[in-house]
Amino acid sequence: MTLLAASEILSPLRDGWFLQNAWLAPLIPTIGFVLIILFGKRLPKKGSEVGVLSIFASLVLASGAAWQWIQRVGDAGEERFVSPVIRTWTWWQSGGMEFTIGQHVDGLTVVVLFVVAFISTLVQVYSLEYLRGDRRYTHFFAALTLFSAGMLAMVIAEDMILFLLGWEIMGLCSFMLIGHWWEDGANSRAALKAFFTVRTGDVGLLVGISVLFFAANEWTTSNLGLSGFSIRGLSAWALSGEPNSTVILVAAVALFIAAIGKSGQFPLHTWLPDAMAGPTPVSSLLHSSTMVVAGVFLVARLYPVFFTGLDILGPSSNLIMIVAAITIVIAAALAFVQTDIKRVLAYSTVSQLGYMMLGLGAGAWLPAVFHIFTHAFFKACLFLSAGSISHSASHHSFDMKKDMGGLRKHMPITFAAWTVSTLALCGVFPFSGFFSKDEIIDNVGGNGYTFFMVVGLGGAFLTAAYMTRATYLTFFGEPRGAAAGEHGDDHGSHDSHAGPHESGILITAPIAILAVLAIFSGLFNATPFGESWEYMKKWTEPRAVVVVESHSGGPGEAFLVPTAESGYGDSPCGTETPKSGVCYAPQLNHAKFKWSKALLSLAIVFVGIAISWLLSAALYGRRDPRLVGLTQRNAVARAGYRLLTNKYYLDHLYERGVVSTIAGPFARGAYWFNQRVLDGVLHGVARVSRTVANVVYRDIDQRLVDGAVNASADATKAVGTSVQPIQSGRVGHYGALLFATAAVAALVFVILNT
Amino acid sequence: MQMIRDNNWVLSVGTFLPMLGVIALLVTPKANEAAIKMVALLTSVATVIIGIFTLVNFDFDQAGAMQFVAQTDWIPVIKSTYFIGVDGISLPLYLLSMVVTLLVVIYSLDHIPSPGNPKAFFILMLILQTGMAGTFIAQDLILFFVFFELVLLPMYFMIGVWGGEQRQYASLKFFLYTMFGSALMLVAFLAIFFKTGAESFAIPYLVENGGGIAKNVQVWIFAGMFIGFAVKVPMFPFHTWLPDAHTQAPTQGSVILAAILLKLGTYGFVRIAIPTLPDAAIEWAPWIGGLAVVGIIYGAFGCLAQTDMKRLIAFSSVAHMGFVMLGISTLTSFGVNAAVFGMVAHGLITGMLFFIAGSVKERYHTLEIAKLGGMLTQVPRLGWILGLCSMASLGLPGLAGFWGEFPAILSAYNPADGLNVSVYRTYMVIAALGTVFAAAYLLWLYQRTAFGTPKGHDHHDVHDVTTYEWVAWLPLLVAIVAFGVVPNLLFGVIDPAVQETLRAFGG
Amino acid sequence: MLTSQFLLLGAILFCIGVYGVIARKNAVLVLMSIELILNSVNINLLAFALRNGSADGHTFALYIIAVAAAEVGVGLAMVLLIYRNRRSIGLDELSEMRG
Repeated sequence: MTLLAASEILSPLRDGWFLQNAWLAPLIPTIGFVLIILFGKRLPKKGSEVGVLSIFASLVLASGAAWQWIQRVGDAGEERFVSPVIRTWTWWQSGGMEFTIGQHVDGLTVVVLFVVAFISTLVQVYSLEYLRGDRRYTHFFAALTLFSAGMLAMVIAEDMILFLLGWEIMGLCSFMLIGHWWEDGANSRAALKAFFTVRTGDVGLLVGISVLFFAANEWTTSNLGLSGFSIRGLSAWALSGEPNSTVILVAAVALFIAAIGKSGQFPLHTWLPDAMAGPTPVSSLLHSSTMVVAGVFLVARLYPVFFTGLDILGPSSNLIMIVAAITIVIAAALAFVQTDIKRVLAYSTVSQLGYMMLGLGAGAWLPAVFHIFTHAFFKACLFLSAGSISHSASHHSFDMKKDMGGLRKHMPITFAAWTVSTLALCGVFPFSGFFSKDEIIDNVGGNGYTFFMVVGLGGAFLTAAYMTRATYLTFFGEPRGAAAGEHGDDHGSHDSHAGPHESGILITAPIAILAVLAIFSGLFNATPFGESWEYMKKWTEPRAVVVVESHSGGPGEAFLVPTAESGYGDSPCGTETPKSGVCYAPQLNHAKFKWSKALLSLAIVFVGIAISWLLSAALYGRRDPRLVGLTQRNAVARAGYRLLTNKYYLDHLYERGVVSTIAGPFARGAYWFNQRVLDGVLHGVARVSRTVANVVYRDIDQRLVDGAVNASADATKAVGTSVQPIQSGRVGHYGALLFATAAVAALVFVILNT
Repeated sequence: MQMIRDNNWVLSVGTFLPMLGVIALLVTPKANEAAIKMVALLTSVATVIIGIFTLVNFDFDQAGAMQFVAQTDWIPVIKSTYFIGVDGISLPLYLLSMVVTLLVVIYSLDHIPSPGNPKAFFILMLILQTGMAGTFIAQDLILFFVFFELVLLPMYFMIGVWGGEQRQYASLKFFLYTMFGSALMLVAFLAIFFKTGAESFAIPYLVENGGGIAKNVQVWIFAGMFIGFAVKVPMFPFHTWLPDAHTQAPTQGSVILAAILLKLGTYGFVRIAIPTLPDAAIEWAPWIGGLAVVGIIYGAFGCLAQTDMKRLIAFSSVAHMGFVMLGISTLTSFGVNAAVFGMVAHGLITGMLFFIAGSVKERYHTLEIAKLGGMLTQVPRLGWILGLCSMASLGLPGLAGFWGEFPAILSAYNPADGLNVSVYRTYMVIAALGTVFAAAYLLWLYQRTAFGTPKGHDHHDVHDVTTYEWVAWLPLLVAIVAFGVVPNLLFGVIDPAVQETLRAFGG
Repeated sequence: MLTSQFLLLGAILFCIGVYGVIARKNAVLVLMSIELILNSVNINLLAFALRNGSADGHTFALYIIAVAAAEVGVGLAMVLLIYRNRRSIGLDELSEMRG
């Protein structure tokens, strides 16, 4: 970049420079990746500086784009359609058609763009410390940078091909990052499993894109001048009343299969906990804002296709909601039987993604997107806290039962951040999770899906309970194992401190920043405080108005400017065929916030926390060998401040009643199902494929097909062998044969002529 | 079809220049290895320079037209002419053949396979180059046939002399199988010649007049061509020569075989069989598509069952060429574009994979997957290159393989008029499943060879990528990435020519 | 005309030649026998040419004489080489070409 004059620096702020050039956000990290790969090892900081700087540049671009988008929305006023900023360039051509690559920046894009760039920056900073001295430090930063670039490219994509590109690049990078320590076979198997499971879902994406392209291309080309890959074109087409209901159903289901694979929804969620084999910053990035969110983003991005295809807001429940509901419950139940702190968080992610999907499936688009936003902060914070613990307190162990406990005294910042994020995750007022999760549950109920609302509330109960258990095991009680200063092995060689201590500034700073956001990010759409607080709705939700399109703008840029709109409140979009225009988003309802409903869900959460706290304290405290005999009274004393009475009774209930029924058979059964049945099916399929492959290869290919080839060769050879003796090698014999033949021929000739 | 005759010497020079090198090599004494290598290198460099000249002078605005056309009498008795030219379909393949030969020559400077004799080796390679380049520019069936067959012999010797333990079996199988196909192909060529009035063997003439042949006759002629080309591709179930030939061939032979020779078959379909016999093509297309998707799945199964790295890569060719044939069988410009792109991409990627396999064999003295492991620790650069090529091979977007695979799947959703749509949509889903299998076998291979820890090899001859290897590989790696990121580099050239070729099907 | 006598002579020479080719073991003798066969053909050609009053037969006979000369040249050279290599020109010993 050349130096800019002062006026030129100012000008971008005026004319939406950041919006026009948001495409740089994925491009800069991509260039960063190439630079790290080529020169990283020779740089003073081994390439990490390139990674951090390039992703920070993306963050600046994303922030600028977000700010200018907000201005753009403000300029458009309350009722008008805010057209996305689209720029395209020709990418490839086929059959005389030219296909473009480009950016599509709207409210959803800027929100996710900002979140991804923000979390990526923090995670990279965190990794500077966390992976210091790692044997593949440079490669790690290269892969991490490309990973973020992939997600940013997917978010910004104008067309499904670029979307697919970003999607697959993330898959590749997750393979590299999960298998970062690939010397250990378990890690590389986990990486393989992640890539392969996601790739299985990707068949749906390939099929879905293909179906949509051919179904929509003609309509989008003639009506909007866009190809059938264009997200904008597909959105309008899906709501135009044009699509054949079977075709769009097939496309939506196919795309949803891809989303299931990527976002770890039931039944393809099994790869997610295994993906914990990667370094903790990777888990954090993967589970908060990138990769697993991609599936949810796909549904949110192509929402009109799913809306029409799966009949969202229709009278019956749809596929998305059913899958999401199952996911919420089974994943939350699984989190109870984990001893690995990262696995608890992994299942929690699966469950939370279920909430997002549930919201999307039930027509609560905005709460779902908002949940992407808030969840990213508190989940990243939780993972980074877990990493901080393993880095500084538990000698690289993630085992809550063996190597943690009582850490709150040693790690005040980490503990505070963890607690805040846990409360946010549980949905406690006024932390961020409350505003998004409660909105989802509220809107699911508001749209008439009572059963799914109950599932959501049940999920909230389970979430509160398992997070309380994990918190207790990690931070409360007596220190155990490594946390108590015992050196199980010589892992702790890199730090000279004996015993647990707080991590360095490069680790605690990102955690602290995320913790602050975990508290306050909910205020961006604080429905309880009145409509004026609903910023996210104003900025993000596409307005369901009928738009009359006219083409303008210079060559190479297709700017679609609305020239007329209908009203906002009584939009026909999504329910009937728009006349004299197109719709880009369906009309959705927003449930009215009521404290009575919110208090109910808050009560459920608090009951969950309370029950879990008491049971955890009793159970895990009592098992401490130094407390044998005094267990009951001491456990109560240490647990402290809540319920003192009925402890005996609760302990009994816990052992015989709740644990043995819910946490015992139920969760273990679910886990068993997960490990044995689902994974078993996966392994079974793999084994059968191998067997079939062997049979096909050995019996059909080598024996039958190749056998036929060899048989024809043998036949030729046999004929040759049988006539071989004639070839005696003696001139005399040949001469005799020659003359004999000539004589016979002459005889025949004579006979024939007479 | 429009013909542009400017600079019409350039193709002949480009094609026959290697023959000049062959003559020079014949008079070079056998003992002087340095001189032999220099002559071979200079010849192939000069050829590539001519190729670049061709590229620069190619009129990209008229990529659908035949360019650099030269036409003179050749064998007047049978009305065969020396008629050559390139269009957007031929050009990439023609240049690919030159570049790959150069890279293979560079690689061979340092890696003459046992039992040595570089003189004969380079002579065969240069003859091979003439045959390959000639096939892609020939616009006369007899000329095409001559070049097509010219390729066989050097490859036969290359496998038979410099090959592995079962080289004699493999080379004979390769030779006989392809000869068998060629014989039927020649009969088909003669049939179409006589059925169009015994006027000319020129392809443009046959494209004009071939459609007039009665449909049932067309179907039979197409059958002959089908077998000839399908063996070369190779399509299931004519593929069994391929794993043997690839496994036994020396590295250089495998690379050329994968990168160029397999494309002769698919090119034959696009250039000759389909445009000259449109009615028969419609009849045959569903069968071709069916065999293609069977090949995709079957090749993947074959890969999963392998224990030998090179054989696995060989089987993966069956699967990948299945995607190419699926694209062709749709008879749409979308599909054929994908197919031609897929040919180039497969040439680059699989050629590269065979290079790697050769280098692995050289270092570890085995290609048994079970005996390999930890390449990333021992030879990190080689390991990363293998990773990149595996990713490209499994069709990762942003790398060249994707643009052959995804549009081919896409095109199957909507085949040409007259083809059964639901059959093709079934093919589409099966082919899409094939991408999962591709991911499975390639990542499985990668996990077992590159990850983990090295398995007790003596370390002293295990070294990372050498300079010769870098020089030979970098152009391929750059091309894999460049075509992946900017696919229009190829699509822009291919597309007009494909549309011209498929005029009989209404685009 | 003496056509029949000429033909008879030709036939006799032909039979002698055939006998020589089949029965003789000596390569040189076999070559000579082939000469006899060729000459018998020549006699036949000339006989018919005389009878028909046409020059075609003469032409062919001259042609055959030329070819025969070349054949003997090559043949003798080969025999010589074989002799040099094997110290024998016995045809029975030359059966390397057996299939």
